[in-house]
Amino acid sequence: MNNTIVAPTIEYGTLAPLLLIFGAAIVGVLVEAFAPRYLRKAMQVPITLLSIAGAFALVILQVVSGDVPTTPVAMGALAVDGPSLFIWGVILVLSFVCVLLINDEGHFVASAAAVPGSADEEEAERSGSAHTEVYPLALFAIGGMLLFPAANDLLTMFVGLEVMSLPLYLLCGLARRRRLLSQEASMKYFLLGAFSSAFFLYGTAMIYGYAGTVSFAGISQAMATGALLDPLLLLGFSLLAVGLLFKLGAAPFQAWKPDVYQGAPTPITALMASGTLVAAVGALLRVFWAGLGNLDWNWRPVIWVIAALTMIVGSILAITQTDIKRMLAYSSIAHAGFLLVGVVATSSTAAGNAISMQAILFYLLVYGLATVGAFAVVTLVRDPGGEANHLSRWAGLGKRSPILAGVFAFFLLAFAGIPLTSGFFGKYAVFTAALASGREAGDSLGAWMTGLVVVGVVASAIAAFFYVRVIVLMFFNEPAADGPSIAIPSTGTVAVISIAMLVTVGVGVFPEPVLQLAHNAAAGLFIR
Amino acid sequence: MESPAEIIQHTAGGAIGLSWLMIVLPLLGALILLVLNRRTDRWGHLLGVAMSLASFVVAVLAFVELLGLGEAERRQAVHLYEFIPGMVDMGLLIDPLSISFALLITGVGSLIHIYSIGYMSHDPDRRRFFAYLNLFVAAMLLLVLSDNYVGLFIGWEGVGLASYLLIGFWQFKPSAAVAAKKAFVVNRVGDLGLLVGMFIVWTSFGTLAFADLGTKVGTASDGTLTAIGLLFLLGACGKSAQLPLQSWLLDAMEGPTPVSALIHAATMVTAGVYLVVRSGGFFFPEGSPQALAVAIVGAATLLAGAIIGCAKDDIKKGLAGSTMSQIGYMMLGAGLGPVGYAFAIGHLITHGFFKANMFLGAGSVMHGMNDEVNMRKYGGLRKHMPITFVTFLVGYLAIIGFPLLSGYFTKDGIIETAVHHQPVLGWLAVLGAGLTGFYMSRMVFMTFFGEKRWDKDAHPHESPAVMTWPLIILSIGSLFLGGYLILSNRLMLWLSPAVGRPEVLPEFHFLSTPGLATLGLVAVGAAFAWMRYGRATVPVVAPRGSFLTTFARRDLYGDAINESLLMRPGQWLTRFAVYFDNRGIDGLVNGLAAGIGGSSGRLRRLQTGFARTYALSILIGAALVTGALLLVGNI
Repeated sequence: MNNTIVAPTIEYGTLAPLLLIFGAAIVGVLVEAFAPRYLRKAMQVPITLLSIAGAFALVILQVVSGDVPTTPVAMGALAVDGPSLFIWGVILVLSFVCVLLINDEGHFVASAAAVPGSADEEEAERSGSAHTEVYPLALFAIGGMLLFPAANDLLTMFVGLEVMSLPLYLLCGLARRRRLLSQEASMKYFLLGAFSSAFFLYGTAMIYGYAGTVSFAGISQAMATGALLDPLLLLGFSLLAVGLLFKLGAAPFQAWKPDVYQGAPTPITALMASGTLVAAVGALLRVFWAGLGNLDWNWRPVIWVIAALTMIVGSILAITQTDIKRMLAYSSIAHAGFLLVGVVATSSTAAGNAISMQAILFYLLVYGLATVGAFAVVTLVRDPGGEANHLSRWAGLGKRSPILAGVFAFFLLAFAGIPLTSGFFGKYAVFTAALASGREAGDSLGAWMTGLVVVGVVASAIAAFFYVRVIVLMFFNEPAADGPSIAIPSTGTVAVISIAMLVTVGVGVFPEPVLQLAHNAAAGLFIR
Repeated sequence: MESPAEIIQHTAGGAIGLSWLMIVLPLLGALILLVLNRRTDRWGHLLGVAMSLASFVVAVLAFVELLGLGEAERRQAVHLYEFIPGMVDMGLLIDPLSISFALLITGVGSLIHIYSIGYMSHDPDRRRFFAYLNLFVAAMLLLVLSDNYVGLFIGWEGVGLASYLLIGFWQFKPSAAVAAKKAFVVNRVGDLGLLVGMFIVWTSFGTLAFADLGTKVGTASDGTLTAIGLLFLLGACGKSAQLPLQSWLLDAMEGPTPVSALIHAATMVTAGVYLVVRSGGFFFPEGSPQALAVAIVGAATLLAGAIIGCAKDDIKKGLAGSTMSQIGYMMLGAGLGPVGYAFAIGHLITHGFFKANMFLGAGSVMHGMNDEVNMRKYGGLRKHMPITFVTFLVGYLAIIGFPLLSGYFTKDGIIETAVHHQPVLGWLAVLGAGLTGFYMSRMVFMTFFGEKRWDKDAHPHESPAVMTWPLIILSIGSLFLGGYLILSNRLMLWLSPAVGRPEVLPEFHFLSTPGLATLGLVAVGAAFAWMRYGRATVPVVAPRGSFLTTFARRDLYGDAINESLLMRPGQWLTRFAVYFDNRGIDGLVNGLAAGIGGSSGRLRRLQTGFARTYALSILIGAALVTGALLLVGNI
């Protein structure tokens, strides 16, 4: 028995993007502790933006140099493979633009500890103090988002999940206006998030009981030799799935999404709707495809049902929403369903799987950017008491501010998947992959995959109805006499909207380069 | 017949390799003008003109480069990028047909851009007008240059959008807003035909690229080809205002006059002819029923348009009726197969010149007459607007087919070919030519001759040089272009790599039976017009007129037919549906929406706002997932 402790080998080069984000987050905490109050924002903003941009540059560097590792790194804890790097790049782009939104004035409460409506609150607002902790918190969340989909064992994944979620719970409660709603959202998100984390952890324990290990490599090896219908395995898997599907917001685990999206400060909603969703899909894919791929005969029918349910629930419930943020939340649920269609579209060949993976990666990028753009527009339509989120306040916006309304209409068309927008190619790619998967000889779902695509198309049609309804509302209704004012956008917000718009149009007309990028990233599939 | 040349991939670069600039430049212009908005008010119109001219320069360079190639190499496909992976590659096809269109669109388009500087000079929204014009030029070029039906369709919808925006440009006038909507809705019917046709093409042949279709169409049954052909014809009818989808064009005259000249006379409305000629080799084989249908539609429309033109007092609507009629001639030519293509395209090009010329002339008259369009309030204008008068006169002589002018050669070509191949339709076209002689003479006499019938505050004056120069240039084209194109079959030989040509080249006869008959009828028509409107006094208020006049004034009851055949039954259907829906019977049109909305309302109740309810739903969901997994595992 050798009792010496072996120092772990850490591939610092490969992990540099992750380490940079966490390092910057810690520096941010130190700034909060030691820098004088008036200097904090001036220090936090560059730290945050530069670290994200730096991490993105490191990811690009790694891709360009062709130095993508073929084996897990950090003693098998993390898998920095093609899909991981693509997802990292997407998350970093999305979080960069979200931080630009966060940076805008007036979204966050002056003093979170003050009771809403109290004298303390007024005092804090008058003194102009602000919570610059928002930046390190966001950085921790972003770090968690990077860790979550790249984790190569269930425990690392759980750590990633929590690192991502805990700061977000807090950030949700920091809205400057309608603080009670915001705090309620925060509380709900925390309670339900903790609940679902418990499922995930319990599932991990069960799987450990079955395989004797938590690493994906070990689990799939155990499944290759052991019994596949062990109740311990099936139970463990379903509990894991619940934890992941919750983060994704798939039905029937979607109930938190509208409440939380509505209550949270809009820049944080944008971060959750884009970054968290991307990370959750990445992690879900890794567990389903890399960790428990051998079990696909069992999980595919179940996820089939969940995908169909999610698309339908998201689209149908969106129809009766009267709050723009809630509507976008339901739209996000519907899109989670479309992404799940891609998850179900597995193939018996690596090339077939790579096509589905490519479709999902592509979808994540285009949907994420359109979402951030749409929420950025939402931050600009304001009433004296904050954002004007009620749909009736958006009536006639096209007459008062044609460009803003036009841009928003374009994002909605992208969500609906109208050709010449990026959204069309997202849906097209996912649906084609699903059809191809069902046509394979001996596929366990066979013609059912065609059925799922039909459900998806019908859900898209229903969804198109409420997207177009907002467009009609903006352009064909008379504006209210005391309609909302359009805030003069800051440079950051203009940049966010322009980037999102450019990508949505650009990819809608020239999808090829991005598809190629996603193809290259997906070609090697997951390593474990 | 000689078939078209092979489409070869262009690799050499040069102007053809850069032909995408033709589309991108005006598109960029439109974007800049729309995005920068009011900031470009001072120089926006100049940018618009510059972009259109730049596009013209590229077209000319590509044309010259194409001329330098051998006949077999004159169909160059320029690959741009993969648009829909595995389905559509976006690319441009530079061949004699597309480059002819590109030259017409950018050339006449640029002249009209220049003219609009003067015409729109008092409009506070002139910049927006130029943005839309640029958008139109870009979309139209995409339509004709694309090397596949998807690109063509995007351009097709793009010109529809630009047309909608420009007809409704003065949207404060309810009539303009209604006309824009009508054009949009009627075009939708045609677009649906084109779209469904494209679906059938895709499912039958697995490709939408022109380059691949040539070899694949041989495998299809005649029925499939007929279906595709008729659906494409429906699309062409919508865009080119042919019967039965003609009704929008007359109302479209609500748009500013340069728009009528560019979009509703010279270019966009000829897109249908382009579609038929471009698809001719694939889906309209000579002697097929669908080709015959094209010819019949053309012949019927050329008569209907001419009849409408006879009764209109509004100068622009008169010209619109004439446009319908002339496009009818082109359709007739296109329906005759390769033997007619060159004449159809030739007439399309010369018509682009003389009709734009006359529309701009009409605009010049309106410009000097306080925007009055009623010809009964004109009269004797030739002394006050000499340049406008002379140029209009040239356009007039060209359109009635005065010997040796542009229209004489191209229209006579169509008539003669038609008399040879489809005698009945051919003689109808001769009759139409006589009507043309009447209504165009009527227009000229009412406007420029006779005594003054002006309103008191009218002070007619010649338009500024920026408006008259385009008129002069266009009228030169109206004089000579036709003869140049048709004599010694120049155009036919030039186009043959793109559309094929008949084995025996036709000869142009200066003295043929149909030709002489045409000339005779035109002379009779003009003389009749002189007696009624030149020599006699024209009443300022239109007399009631005979049954036939009313028939023509009401656009042959086109709107009434649409309303009673489509609109009213549609309304009845919706009322019927609403009635049944109210009775609680779902499944009818409204029922589905109501059902979804209802279930949305019911489902919404699950969203209570209580964290405990949500947690419960998660728990139930977890139980279901677990149960399902165990169940699936044990089947």
